[in-house]
Amino acid sequence: MASPSPKPNETVALPDPLREAVGQLLLAMADDEVLLGHRDSEWVGHAPILEADIAMASIAQDEIGHAVLWYSLLQELGWPDPDRMAYFRDPPEFRNATLVELPKGDWAFTIVRQFLFDFAEKVRLEALMASAWTPLAEAAAKVRREETYHLMHSRAWVLRLGDATEESHRRMQAALEQAWPHALGLFEPAPGEILRVEAGIQPPEAELRARWEAEVRPILEAASLRIPEAEPVYGGRHGRHTEHLDALLADFQMVARSGLGETW
Amino acid sequence: MLMYRIHGQAVPVPEQAPPPQEGPEYEARLAEFEARIARGEKIEPTDWMPEEYRRQLIRMISQHAHSEIVGMLPEGKWIPHAPTLRRKLILIAKVQDEGGHGQLLYRAAETLGITREEMIEALLAGKAKYSVVFNYPTPTWADVAAIGLLIDGAAVVNQLMLAQGSYGPYARAMKRICYEESFHIKQGYDAFVALATGTPAQRQMMQEAVNRWWYPALMLFGPPDRDSVHTPTLLRWRIKTKTNDELRQEFVDQYAPMVLRLGLTIPDPNLRYNPETGHWQFSEPDWEEFWRVIRGDGPCNAERMAARRRAHEEGRWVREALAAKAAQRTNGGGNGRYAVAGL
Repeated sequence: MASPSPKPNETVALPDPLREAVGQLLLAMADDEVLLGHRDSEWVGHAPILEADIAMASIAQDEIGHAVLWYSLLQELGWPDPDRMAYFRDPPEFRNATLVELPKGDWAFTIVRQFLFDFAEKVRLEALMASAWTPLAEAAAKVRREETYHLMHSRAWVLRLGDATEESHRRMQAALEQAWPHALGLFEPAPGEILRVEAGIQPPEAELRARWEAEVRPILEAASLRIPEAEPVYGGRHGRHTEHLDALLADFQMVARSGLGETW
Repeated sequence: MLMYRIHGQAVPVPEQAPPPQEGPEYEARLAEFEARIARGEKIEPTDWMPEEYRRQLIRMISQHAHSEIVGMLPEGKWIPHAPTLRRKLILIAKVQDEGGHGQLLYRAAETLGITREEMIEALLAGKAKYSVVFNYPTPTWADVAAIGLLIDGAAVVNQLMLAQGSYGPYARAMKRICYEESFHIKQGYDAFVALATGTPAQRQMMQEAVNRWWYPALMLFGPPDRDSVHTPTLLRWRIKTKTNDELRQEFVDQYAPMVLRLGLTIPDPNLRYNPETGHWQFSEPDWEEFWRVIRGDGPCNAERMAARRRAHEEGRWVREALAAKAAQRTNGGGNGRYAVAGL
């Protein structure tokens, strides 16, 4: 993808090792979004109702669009261009939380995962809007505005399916049991957290997690869902993934890496 | 048997007895109806219309809607594999538009007294048809480009005609859809050019996809006029304003030169420009194959219907939950009213 030309912007330049630390945060955010967008797009043509096909397509486009934004910021910090990042890295080089690489599952799992992710993104973006690094603060404000619809959408679905029928409740509870520990992994600190916190780039991940729990717990309870006691699944932010990421990337990258051409 | 054709589909019209449609009063109304159409007026849902006009439209619009929905599958298959982030975004947007067009068309059909659920049941039961072209496979990324250019191109030629039709809700839906389709053709052309001007392997991939999609594109317009028994009525009531063969010729005149200009060939030894007529001559598709695919014996009929049925079955608990929740709200129970955008 054509990347925006780097602007001669003094605020972009960051001295090492802070540049590397900020890059690790952006990498985590970009990888989360691009993979979740991919998983969401797998519903297009296969959702339970036509309106859900259309909504998932919108959400997928938003997530991938946000990934492009974060990858573009990374590029300004010296990383390769967004397509290079998405298509030409292997699983251990990805820094996404394992939550987003899990298969799309049933509609309940898709909704629960999206809900947990959307609110994690909300608290992260709201914190980053106050980031000392202006390009990040500005991008976070833009993305936060676009996320409003996602929050409404996933919250409403959780509240609808949580206690509508016995089957919907059972499926939603099972989805929550599966997703919750991986969702906690969204707050696994990416390398360089101390540097970022000291420089005012972001608050500590533990603080974000607390804000997130304060948001999602009441909604899940209102939906009659029981929040599991579980240890977080960590590893994603350091490149340790489930086998599902291999399958996902094989799908994602097959044409780009086919060797048949350079441009498509 | 009474047959009706659209998008290359021939479908028996059910033999239900329409309300008595004869006698002097009926004749007078019919004359007035036909005079309105001749004056170029639009017919609206509450206007009087002959039962046959209503039935033909329901059949046509619902099949058109089904074609959009089933049409999401052959291209949607490539969303996970799209080779750049930009192509991935564009393809998701495109397949999403097809869903949106399905939605618009189901709504247009509903103005004639049928529900979306009834139409979807008919599709899943194998009673309603969809465009024959979506029963062909998409084995490579280049098929996405070929569909984007040739199939969407053919669809626009057809739909620009339908936008001139006499039934207001259908014509207006077509106008909006044509506007969005022009974006699809642009993306199809763009992806097509990228491959046609790419490496030898990419060019070959594109050529093979053109070879696969050329004749299905010609089939999209339906059987030849000589076999289309219903065309005269459809034309008189301006449900259609051009014949299948006229539309097919328009398509070849527009798209054959486009493909050739990009240095690819078209799998038709008889294709040539005739300077005397100003038109391109071309070979007709294999109509035997066309009828075979319509009867359900195409390369992907079973796969497409299985995908739709699976989505329907796997989504059943969700639809039941939504209905239960709506009932809880009506009864004052549950968690109250939550606006789900898009529901």
